[in-house]
Amino acid sequence: MDNSHIPQTLPRFSATFDPHTLAEIRRAAATGIYDIRGGGTKRALPHFDDLLFLGASVSRYPLEGYREKCATDVWLGTRFAKKPIHLKTPITIAGMSFGALSAQAKEALGRGATIAGTSTTTGDGGMTPEERGQSQTLVYQYLPSRYGMNPADIRKADAIEVVIGQGAKPGGGGMLLGQKISDRVAAMRTLPKGIDQRSACRHPDWTGPDDLEIKIEELREITDWEKPIYVKVGATRPYYDVALAVKSGADVVVLDGMQGGTAATQDVFIEHVGIPILAAIRPAVQALQDLGMHRKVQLIVSGGIRNGADVAKALALGADAVAIGTAALVALGDNDPHLEAEYNALGTTAGAYDDWHEGRDPAGITTQDPVLAARLDPVAAGRRLANYLAVLTLEAQTIARACGKRHLHNLEPEDLVALTIEAAAMARVPLAGTNWIPGQQF
Amino acid sequence: MPVVDLAVSSKRDLNAALHALPANTNETHWHIANPDGAHALAAGVDAPVTIEIDGHAGYYCAGMNSQATIVVNGNVGVGVAENMMSGRVHVKGDASQAAGATAHGGLLVIDGNASARCGISMKGVDIVVKGSIGPMSAFMAQAGNLVVLGDAGEALGDSLYETRIFVRGAVKSLGADCIEKDLRPEHEEILAKLLHEAGVEGVSPTEFRRYGSARGLYNFHVDNASAY
Ligand SMILES: Cc1cc2nc3c(=O)[nH]c(=O)nc-3n(C[C@H](O)[C@H](O)[C@H](O)COP(=O)(O)O)c2cc1C
Repeated sequence: MDNSHIPQTLPRFSATFDPHTLAEIRRAAATGIYDIRGGGTKRALPHFDDLLFLGASVSRYPLEGYREKCATDVWLGTRFAKKPIHLKTPITIAGMSFGALSAQAKEALGRGATIAGTSTTTGDGGMTPEERGQSQTLVYQYLPSRYGMNPADIRKADAIEVVIGQGAKPGGGGMLLGQKISDRVAAMRTLPKGIDQRSACRHPDWTGPDDLEIKIEELREITDWEKPIYVKVGATRPYYDVALAVKSGADVVVLDGMQGGTAATQDVFIEHVGIPILAAIRPAVQALQDLGMHRKVQLIVSGGIRNGADVAKALALGADAVAIGTAALVALGDNDPHLEAEYNALGTTAGAYDDWHEGRDPAGITTQDPVLAARLDPVAAGRRLANYLAVLTLEAQTIARACGKRHLHNLEPEDLVALTIEAAAMARVPLAGTNWIPGQQF
Repeated sequence: MPVVDLAVSSKRDLNAALHALPANTNETHWHIANPDGAHALAAGVDAPVTIEIDGHAGYYCAGMNSQATIVVNGNVGVGVAENMMSGRVHVKGDASQAAGATAHGGLLVIDGNASARCGISMKGVDIVVKGSIGPMSAFMAQAGNLVVLGDAGEALGDSLYETRIFVRGAVKSLGADCIEKDLRPEHEEILAKLLHEAGVEGVSPTEFRRYGSARGLYNFHVDNASAY
């Protein structure tokens, strides 16, 4: 019988067991190990794209784009530090370790940030001379591993960031796989070459907010109360975490949403632990306001910030500054299409390359291989980062002027509406075209 | 010889004065009276001076010490000599948790007992405890020597890297990847030197057992998953 005229059921993939999921089940079955990768969440999440600015209208008037000033500077650490930090733009470079990144990449970050008038941050593994030398303003991370931690470097730093968590892996420690442990990385971390370096998830000499307060006091005593002390947390329970950081004596709170990048973490951790930055900013700001500390203890937010609109939205929700990791690496040259053939050879494609932990980055950024790392020209890459930071700043100013603001910090939640009910509830701004903020009683 | 009485002057002024000392200072012997459990006493010193604290100190006493000799005639709180780089810290009484945590160099001597997590993540310091140490000591310890004349609590040396651990008394249990190893002549030499430097007499290095890393967790392997 000829059935060719009967319409056939098309092969249909399950939405639950989609091809990616099936491949992961097979990979797990074949290897017995979870997937480790770099980068941030890859699935779609409620994000800044779900917010819109209203701009000026009959009831509000804008600033003249080419004539009227819209300032962008920010002070960080004004609560206790004798030497607070003053940045020209509120877009900082997030902590990324030497070890995860090549020395060339760290130098390029320093160069770009310095041209732009902003800060860079060390990471797990200590401070390199390249980075200190090229960064006008350098924040020194104080992590559970304390790899490379020493008082001489603390004194060289412009601020100290006590890392409690990261958005990509709140509650998780770190991992630098043996392939990336060069002689230099090993020496800086006081460990044998070629072994996997685990970083603890809790600090070795304090637990809980009461101890943290004493730890911060120690760091202030050691640095004679000169340097701002930041506390970095992954976004989970932002209201309480921010309140406790303030209570512990932080000058600045860094809040990293779940989209935030990482050098190497289990995929299951990246995709399933923590909350999006969009949902975290308002509770954090609420905590500061409830304590009378908004703008006195500064709030830096991060996790998936890509353009000046994201920056403006984060500030409008109440942040004082933002930090970028992944976007800065892309500006340096990460995942660039001109390297497509090499990404293909690694079994991936430009834009999707995330095996940063393996140390074979053709762009010379997430590697310790001297040949690969030498491909990155720190001067040219630093210039690209500076250009990118300038664009972010200009874009944020463009939006702020359209909303009639003389300073980026004058942006406010009232300038925003949400495109989705989720975003309206998380950002606590009305759904566009309505005056409805889900969850709020009138 | 400067004497600082913390009943009348502030800890902040004391630490600031200690930090301002030039390398060739002739104020080389300091006495601190009435410490009253204050935190971060003599933290961040970087000068070849001797500082005696007459009484009990709180958390992070002698934190990040470089060069100085710091003697506590009393007990200390959490994290004594944490992240010490060089010099010598001598506690005449007992120490709380995380004594010598992450310290890179120098010598920490505790005449009494040390609580949990003694020598956690130590990175090259030598620690001599004349009494006993609490659980989870030398967790993820990377380098240096931990010498214990008394007993050690549970999970000694868990996830150990290259620190050598010497215990004279009983060990309640060993942590993941920590094993007993032979005490060879070169270890007896290290022990003899450290016992001497710590002022221990009449104890032979041969009375100790040595513990170290089995190095089985150095590179992730799926069959070790239950040990992580
Ligand atoms: C390669 C890489 C290395 C990182 N290393 C660290 C680190 O050592 N310490 C830390 O607190 N955060 C680290 N992070 C997280 C960043 O500080 C920051 O929280 C995150 O990148 C912000 O999100 P974004 O990448 O979406 O901009 C790292 C991120 C990346 C991409």
